[in-house]
Amino acid sequence: MTEISTLNDFAVQVRRDIVRMVHAVQSGHPGGSLGCTEFATVLYNDILKHNPKEWDMDGKEQDLFFLSNGHISPLWYSVLARTGYFPITELATFRKLNSRLQGHPTTHEGLPGVRISSGSLGQGLSAGIGAALSKKLNNDDHLVFVLMGDGELQEGQVWEAAMFAAGNKVDNLIATIDVNGQQIDGSTNDVLNMGDLKAKWEAFGWQVLSMKGNDLEEVRATLLKAKTQTGLGKPILILMETIMGHGVDFMMAGHKWHGIAPNDEQLVDALKQNQSTLGDY
Amino acid sequence: MKKYTFSEKKDTRSGFGAGLIEAGRKNENIVALCADLTGSLKMDAFAKEFPARFIQVGIAEANMMGIAAGLTIGGKIPFTGTFANFSTGRVYDQIRQSIAYSDKNVKICASHAGLTLGEDGATHQILEDIGLMKMLPGMTVINPCDFNQTKAATLAIAEHHGPVYLRFGRPAVPNFTPADQKFEIGKAVMLNEGTDVTIIATGHLVWKAIEAGEQLEAMGISAEIINIHTIKPIDEKAILDSLKKTGCVVTAEEHNRIGGLGDAVAQVLALHFPSPQEYVAVNDSFGESGTPEQLMKKYGLEASNIVEAVQKVMARKRVLA
Repeated sequence: MTEISTLNDFAVQVRRDIVRMVHAVQSGHPGGSLGCTEFATVLYNDILKHNPKEWDMDGKEQDLFFLSNGHISPLWYSVLARTGYFPITELATFRKLNSRLQGHPTTHEGLPGVRISSGSLGQGLSAGIGAALSKKLNNDDHLVFVLMGDGELQEGQVWEAAMFAAGNKVDNLIATIDVNGQQIDGSTNDVLNMGDLKAKWEAFGWQVLSMKGNDLEEVRATLLKAKTQTGLGKPILILMETIMGHGVDFMMAGHKWHGIAPNDEQLVDALKQNQSTLGDY
Repeated sequence: MKKYTFSEKKDTRSGFGAGLIEAGRKNENIVALCADLTGSLKMDAFAKEFPARFIQVGIAEANMMGIAAGLTIGGKIPFTGTFANFSTGRVYDQIRQSIAYSDKNVKICASHAGLTLGEDGATHQILEDIGLMKMLPGMTVINPCDFNQTKAATLAIAEHHGPVYLRFGRPAVPNFTPADQKFEIGKAVMLNEGTDVTIIATGHLVWKAIEAGEQLEAMGISAEIINIHTIKPIDEKAILDSLKKTGCVVTAEEHNRIGGLGDAVAQVLALHFPSPQEYVAVNDSFGESGTPEQLMKKYGLEASNIVEAVQKVMARKRVLA
């Protein structure tokens, strides 16, 4: 296991990447990206059994990760680059013409680490289930991880997938929901109150855990615990409470920073709050 | 006119079922998914022989497309099965993002396409599916004409890497193509060489084109008849070679006249060899309840409609000349 201080340095650098990438093209989604930074940091550094240098689409004998809420691509790209999937210099191409780092993740440009396109919400859990079934058919005992947003749960396909995974005992699957309570038009409670998520997922037949998603130690402990509960006949769900925009104080109130870019002054402020640890791209 | 005969009528969906099980025996990576229509899709034999490789997803087509996309990761070759309307319009965005744009090796197999689904009515009779699917970059679109050709197509797509839409139907139709045919994706099949007009047909309309050809022969008209089973990528050479000989064309399909085979042929001709064309297709409307025979008649998809279209298009050719 990695030292927590080392994980924290990684997370801080990822935050710098996120705000710099979004600022550079004046578009993208910093809020959810920052909120899930600790999760992705822990997942890619301490949880996934993976081989970034020899990445291939099939990912046999490796754990797989699917990002369903594809709009938080700045986070994913930064973490993929900084764990060795592609050169960090490529982060400078985010959302630009002829880039592999499309606005929303895609396989179309052949970016290592990405196994399916996402961004049109609600589809990642189904893909993760398919990959998990593929692993079972191949007698591959590695795991499949999926991250979804909470607003995304308003898509019906998520519940089709939830019903299927429990009904078919897809127990090599750990799905996490980023419960930041925000979506584009406002708070999730105002836009469409989804009620008691824990009760809903339990009623669908999932093993439900919860964690504070902006606490590195708690994220790691919970993901490790989740792994011990795989293979027992139930898919695992983690309700991860986060603060949208976490780590940049002026982005941490409400839904405002879901999908807007900081201006020059705001960038300076955000970077001052997150001093370089591993070196900028 | 070359003589075509058949010993029996069979449904194309059964050709799919027969092809699927044979493909499954050849390649253990082939898996099948169905959304509560196993019997209708003739997937029961596969499900019985390969229970671990058959995934019943229930009435949840969007999830089925996503699971199929995910299954390809790890090397599986998923064949999804449901009715054509639930295989396309209902799940268009899932196919677009998770399968086509993601370049996933999924075979979308669709039965009960078109009017010949019959009594269930327009809610289930999709006439827009070829158009929807051929607009997706990278998607191969195939609409075979009889049992034998559907079986051969099913085996061929199992060997082809990339997303495919395979369209077939419910009614028993003449099974006249050879049982041992080699199915080449993207290659048109010449059924009869002629000099006055080209008839290009797909799916259930291919047999009707043959019937029309016989009637035309009696009228002294020499029709060249081409079976286009692959609408995308379309066989441009076959179309152009024929039109350079005949100078006019009738296209025939069990689909809306907008977006189907006719438009695909028209595009080839407009770019390379502009020629008079008539469509035998549904005239931009929904279907309705009725027997398949009644519906094909009411919506103008009979051999007699092809004959009329030939007369019309040949008159236009003479005017141009």
